[in-house]
Amino acid sequence: MNSPAFVFIAILTLAAALAAATLRKLLHAALSFAVASVGLAAFFFLLGGEFVGLVQIFVYIGAVAVLIVFTILLTRRDVEKDRGFNWSGVAIAIAVFGGLIWAIVKTQSLSVSAPEMPALTIKHIGEVLMTGYVWPLLCLGLLLTAALIGALILVMEDKR
Amino acid sequence: MTITLQIVLAVAAALFCIGLLAALSRRHAIFILIGIEMMLAAANLNFIAFWRFRPEPHQPTGVMVAIFSIAIAAAEAAVGLALVIAVYRHYRTTNVDQFDQLKG
Amino acid sequence: MSESIDQIFVRLKQWLLLPVANGPDWLVQIASSLINIFTLLAVFLTLFALMSVLERKILGRIQNRYGPNRVGPFGLLQPVADGIKMLIKEDIVPVRADKIVHFLAPVLIAATAILTLGIIPYGRGMTPFTIDGGILFFFAVGSTTELAVFMAGWGSNNKFSMLGAMRAIAQMISYELPLIITVLPVVMIVGSLNPDTMVAAQSGYVFGVVPRWFVFTPWGAAAFILFFVSGLVESNRTPFDVPEGESEIVAGHMTEYSGFKYATFFMAEYIGMFAITGLGATLFLGGWHAPVRALEFIPSYIWFFAKLGALLFVYIWLRGTLPRTRVDQIMNFAWKFMLPMAFTCIVAAAVWHYAGRGLRGWLWSFVVIAIVYTALSIFLDTRRRFAPRTYRFAE
Repeated sequence: MNSPAFVFIAILTLAAALAAATLRKLLHAALSFAVASVGLAAFFFLLGGEFVGLVQIFVYIGAVAVLIVFTILLTRRDVEKDRGFNWSGVAIAIAVFGGLIWAIVKTQSLSVSAPEMPALTIKHIGEVLMTGYVWPLLCLGLLLTAALIGALILVMEDKR
Repeated sequence: MTITLQIVLAVAAALFCIGLLAALSRRHAIFILIGIEMMLAAANLNFIAFWRFRPEPHQPTGVMVAIFSIAIAAAEAAVGLALVIAVYRHYRTTNVDQFDQLKG
Repeated sequence: MSESIDQIFVRLKQWLLLPVANGPDWLVQIASSLINIFTLLAVFLTLFALMSVLERKILGRIQNRYGPNRVGPFGLLQPVADGIKMLIKEDIVPVRADKIVHFLAPVLIAATAILTLGIIPYGRGMTPFTIDGGILFFFAVGSTTELAVFMAGWGSNNKFSMLGAMRAIAQMISYELPLIITVLPVVMIVGSLNPDTMVAAQSGYVFGVVPRWFVFTPWGAAAFILFFVSGLVESNRTPFDVPEGESEIVAGHMTEYSGFKYATFFMAEYIGMFAITGLGATLFLGGWHAPVRALEFIPSYIWFFAKLGALLFVYIWLRGTLPRTRVDQIMNFAWKFMLPMAFTCIVAAAVWHYAGRGLRGWLWSFVVIAIVYTALSIFLDTRRRFAPRTYRFAE
């Protein structure tokens, strides 16, 4: 695994995520979130899961970011900036980060480097999806249909 | 410097905490949703990291869970944003401090 | 002899890589990628320039007039004049526009359009970048265009731009579904997402005469027509150019862009068109294969660009012939007709495969498509029954 590439992508993703969490203007935050998603997809490519990386770009940027941006459009009243920032949230986030880092460093079995692995082909993913994971796939289809119908009903205006 | 599992997990933890920051310290409903999406993405990174760094044999379990997690995150984002729009229509504001009509 | 002309570009690239052939692995990779990128940019930007003048000439001929014919022989140097004009125009940015978003929108649109060109096989062994999930990459990057269109509309701080951007995104999202689902039968039959494998699966001839292209099967023909129409909509071309309808909302999301940024939007639209038609040629028309065995001596890239040119000619022809459709008509068409037909294509492809891929399979899948098509046409008949027309004259 390529070390300079990893460092670069890590810095890019964390910077974009920080921008998404702290920027004042809503649209800039949403677009930084899209950039963070690209960084995360690059991580997935680096770690050998190309299919997941492509699905990440497709879903997070093509669907979730567009949804967020549409909702920003539909729920503004000419006041785009976010008023107020809760500083206790920052304290809690830093505390959680400290706890997680302590747990990661303390566990000795995690300091391994990446073993050699044959590349995971999409054909293999397809075969596993259709044989071993077919029940989760069908449940996912049902869940997505339910989410679609639910979202439509929530936003539908009553017919007078 | 070789990349060990600890470093990848640390990056995922940082991303998770930034998402937590966005979800806890903002007052606009859409910011909170962005934070939740980031937390889900960080958990995905964790799954893929553990899948990549485990010893032989390699089954694509981590990849499968990550794919399903991304799909569920998309569904949850859709429903969450529909909720935000519906609530906005009622309250005319997206400041979550003002959604307090069920308060005792 | 014909094989060496066919592989001339591959040999040229290998010759160019000779100085670094003994270097480290990453250097060879970077050099190879750079050569690929520059060739791709050179070819497609020239094609863009050529197409912009050819389109105006063909439209002119359809409308019974000459197109541009003053600059250069037959007007073919018109893109040079257009380019100079675009470059020296003043770049006007609205005062209250969001500067960063306004600047980045054309950059992002052009970047995603050019990225999608990278996985299409242009000839035998001439795919710029071979990715295992090439088709998924194409659609993932293509779906990023919607975000860029929204950025353009929002960043201009203009009601017309916003309206145009929302219309454009609604149209693009609606037609992404039929676009992707019509590709699914091809993926299913070939068994891979790699465009090279898809072209290889269409080699050979039935009875030695008819090529095994997917467009000559019933599900392939239906899927190709649906893919073609969805490609028209994705590129915002007439008859679906509501987002840039000049008589309605000025220029939609591109209203506040002048000079070079407008040229970038223009270029991104055309390159998106090249990418979609290139993908259509790869998936359905057999990529770089020749249609008859006797003509196989003609190089593969010539065949690919001939098919690309034919599809682009049909795009221009449709632009000159059909009027613009209404926004609600476009949406109805996508969700009520194209989506069910796209699903039918998947079923028909499965029927074709399991009834043996010969004549029996052909007939059964044709029956499936015909039944669904007639059922849809009967149920979706939305013509209003008008009362007989009465006339009122002044007394």
